[in-house]
Amino acid sequence: MTYKRTKQHVLPNLQRRKFLEGLVMGGVVLGLAPWEYAVALQGNATPAQVLSGTEFDLTIGEAPVNFTGASRMATTINGSVPAPTLHWREGETVTIRVTNRLISSTSIHWHGIILDTKMDGVPGLSYKGIAPGETFTYRFKVGQAGTYWYHSHTGFQEQLGMYGAIVITPAAGETIQVERDYVVTLSEWTDEDPMRVMKKLKMQGDYYNFNQPTVGQFFKDVSKDGLSSALDDRKMWNDMRMSPMDLADISAQTYTYLMNGTAPAGNWNGIFKPGEKVRLRFINSAAMSFFDVRIPGLKMTVVQADGQPVEPVTVDEFRIGAAETYDVIVTPKDEAYTIFAQSMDRSGYARGTLSTNPGMSAAIPALDKAEPLSMGDMMGDMGGGHVHHASTEYGPSVDMRVDSPRTNIDDPGVGLRYNERRVLTYADLKSVSGVMGPAKADMDIEVHLTGNMERYTWSIDGLEFGKSTPIHFPFGKRIRVIYVNDTMMSHPMHLHGMWSDLESPEGKLQVRKHTIVVQPAQSVSFLVSADALGRWAWHCHLMFHMDSGMFREVVVA
Amino acid sequence: MMSKLKIIRAIVTVVIGTMSVWSQCAIAEDGMGGMSMDGMQGGSAPPDARDPHAHADGYDFGPIPRPRMADEAMMAGVMINRLERVQTRDNTYFNAYELQGHIGKDYERLVLKAEGEIDGGKIHEARTELLWSHATSAYWDAQLGVRNDSGDAPGRNWLALGMQGLAPYWFEVDVTAYIGDRGRTALRLSAEYELLFTQKLILQPRIEANFYGVEDAEREIGAGLSNVIAGLRLRYEIRREFAPYIGVDWSGKYGATADYATLTGANTHDTNVVAGLRVWF
Repeated sequence: MTYKRTKQHVLPNLQRRKFLEGLVMGGVVLGLAPWEYAVALQGNATPAQVLSGTEFDLTIGEAPVNFTGASRMATTINGSVPAPTLHWREGETVTIRVTNRLISSTSIHWHGIILDTKMDGVPGLSYKGIAPGETFTYRFKVGQAGTYWYHSHTGFQEQLGMYGAIVITPAAGETIQVERDYVVTLSEWTDEDPMRVMKKLKMQGDYYNFNQPTVGQFFKDVSKDGLSSALDDRKMWNDMRMSPMDLADISAQTYTYLMNGTAPAGNWNGIFKPGEKVRLRFINSAAMSFFDVRIPGLKMTVVQADGQPVEPVTVDEFRIGAAETYDVIVTPKDEAYTIFAQSMDRSGYARGTLSTNPGMSAAIPALDKAEPLSMGDMMGDMGGGHVHHASTEYGPSVDMRVDSPRTNIDDPGVGLRYNERRVLTYADLKSVSGVMGPAKADMDIEVHLTGNMERYTWSIDGLEFGKSTPIHFPFGKRIRVIYVNDTMMSHPMHLHGMWSDLESPEGKLQVRKHTIVVQPAQSVSFLVSADALGRWAWHCHLMFHMDSGMFREVVVA
Repeated sequence: MMSKLKIIRAIVTVVIGTMSVWSQCAIAEDGMGGMSMDGMQGGSAPPDARDPHAHADGYDFGPIPRPRMADEAMMAGVMINRLERVQTRDNTYFNAYELQGHIGKDYERLVLKAEGEIDGGKIHEARTELLWSHATSAYWDAQLGVRNDSGDAPGRNWLALGMQGLAPYWFEVDVTAYIGDRGRTALRLSAEYELLFTQKLILQPRIEANFYGVEDAEREIGAGLSNVIAGLRLRYEIRREFAPYIGVDWSGKYGATADYATLTGANTHDTNVVAGLRVWF
C-alpha cells in the first residue's frame, strides 16, 4: 500500500509541546480557489461550504493549512477543512461526481448511509479506489434522514482533513422544530506526517502519553494510603506490564483539537437569539479521539444518535466516540455559552461558543484531571459468565484476555464516573418505536477485540486483517454479534452497509447505531439484518487501530 | 581457593537473580495460579477454543484485490540506547555505544545489536550481532543469529541464540547463549529498568553479566563469570527520540579474567562516569 506523503516543512522548535490553543485565524489559507459559498442556514456562515440539491461535484486535492503557526498541507475536498456540508433530502436520488486531483489514489465513504456496496467507497471491497485524475460518480437513492458524515477510506487521508458533514431532511419535513440548526464537527489536526506518527507508536506505544505514573505519585500515595495499599494498587498493573493511564494513543502533544475546522483560539461561533431553540448536530470526525462534550450552564436534550431518532433524554454531558453522531437541542437564555469538548485523556480540548453576537466567548472550564482505568476496566465482571476466546488469542498478538467481561451499558466510561454531572450512557438511548428491526436472532457470531500495546498491533480474535478470512453473513438472516473487548481501550466499532441494533444486557433491543463504542473489558451485543448483498468493511474507527489490523471483510451472500 | 569461592558465590548470585526473573516471566506468562489474574496473559489455547475462521464458510477475498494495511507493511527503526563519553577513575577517556536496529514486520524481524568502545578513533572493543527475531508471546522474542567480537584482541565469531523481551514489573531483559569454535561457549544476561521521576526525567538502571565456558587466553578471559557491569543513567527527554543523560557504571572482572587484568596492570574494578545521548528513529 502506498501512503500519501504530504509535502512537509521542517518541524520547528522541538520543545515539548504544551496543548496549543491554535491560531485565531487558523484553518485553510484563503485566497486559493474561488469557490462559490452558499449562505448557511439561519445564523452564522459555517467555515465549510454548504451544498444542496441532488447533483454534487467534489474535488479532492491538497491545500495549505495553518492551525498552529506552522504551515502544512491538508488533503481537502473543495479546498476546505472540514469538507463541504452536503444537504440531501430523504427519498431523492443523489449524484456525486468526485474528481481526484491528488497524485495518489483516494476514496470517499458515506458513513452510516444505507446504499449499494458499489457506492460504499472502500478500496479493495467496493471498488479499486479513485485513481489520480479520475472522476468517479456515486449515485444512490437516499432512504433515510438525520445527521451523518463522509470521509476518505484511503491511507491516512481522514487524518489530513478529508471529512465533512451530511444533513438529510426527512421526506415529510423536519419534525424537530428549531430556530437554529448547526453542524458541530469535532476533529483533530496534527502537523506531523501520520505515517511518522504510526512509526513512532510502533517504536514506543506510549510515545504520546505524558500522563504516566511517576515515582513522585507513588510517594504521594504512600503518604496518603500507606505503603502496602500503594504497592497493591500498582501490583497488578506492573505485573501485567500495562498502564492504568493508557486512555488515548495520541494526545494533545501532537493534536490540535478542532470544532468545525477551527482551533480553540479561533472560537467557532454559533449565533442565536435568547429563547430560541438550537439544534446542534455533533459529529466526531476525529481519527483517534473521544470527546467529552458539555455546555456549562446549558442542559442538552439528546434527540438523535447516529442519525436515528431516540426518545429525548436530557443530560449535562456526553462522550462521543470517533464516527458517532449525536443531535441535541438546547435553549440558551444568556449571552454566551462555551461548547466544551475535552479529549478523553484530558490532554486538550476543542471549543466554540454559542452566543447572541459574533466573536463573543464565555468562560472555558479547566480540563478535568485524567482518571486512571479501574479494576473493572481491566478484569470486567469477576462474577460474570465466561466468554470463548479464539484459538488465535494466545500468541504474540494479544497482550491480555478478559474471561468474564462486564455487560452493563450504564457506565459512562473512565473519567466520567465521579464528576457529579448527568452523563449520557447507552442505557439512556432508546430508539423511537419502529426504528429497529426484529428482536429475534437466527444465529450468533462472537468477535473479540484484541491488541498488543507494547508492539502496537491491533486485531480481532488475535488476527490482524492480513491473517484473517472473510466473515460470512448469510443473506436474509438476523445475526447477533457479540463483541468482547479483550483490551483496556474503548473501541468505536463500525459495520458498513447495515444497521447495528444494540441489545441491552437483558436481551432487549435498545438503540439503533452505526458505530458502537465497546468499553474496556466489556461485552455488548447487537442484532443486524444481513439484507445488503456484497462485501462490507467492519472495523474499529480509531484510524491507527484499523490500519494496524483491527479490520474485517464481511460477505453478505 | 578463596577466589574460587568468590567465583562460585558470584555465579550463584547471578544465576538465582536470573532465575527469579525467569520464574516471574513463567508465572506471568502462564497466569497467576489461583489468583483472579489466572489466564489473563500468556498461556496456550484450550482444546475447545473458538475457531476464528468459523464463519468464513469457504468465502475468500476478491474479486477486487483486498486492501493491504500497516499490519503487512515493512518497517524499520534504530534505538541508540547509549552514545557516550566515558571518563574512568584514572581520568582517561573513551567513547562507547550501544544500539539495536530492526527491519521487518510486526512479529518477524531482522535485528542488529551492536555495542563497543572507541578509543582514539579506533574501535578498541566491539560486539556485533545479527539475528532473526521471532515473536513467541506477547512480550518475548526468540532470536537466532551470529555474533562477532572485534577490536584490539583477536576476533571471535559465535552462533547466537536467545530471548529478548519485557518481564513483569517492566524489566527489559536480554538473555543470549553463544557457541563459538574450538568448543567455546558464552552466556550474556542483561536487564534494564526505567524509573520515571517526571514525564521527561527518567532514571535507567542496568545490569549485565558475561559468562564463558572455557578460558580464552588470547582475549584475557577466564572461564565462568567473567565480568559484571551495573550502571545508572539519568536522562532528560527533550523529545522522546532525543535525550541527553549522565550516569555512572560500576564494572568488575572476576575469576581468571580478574587475574589477567591484574597481571597486565589493569583494574579489576572500575567506576566510570558517563555522559551521552539516547537517540532513536
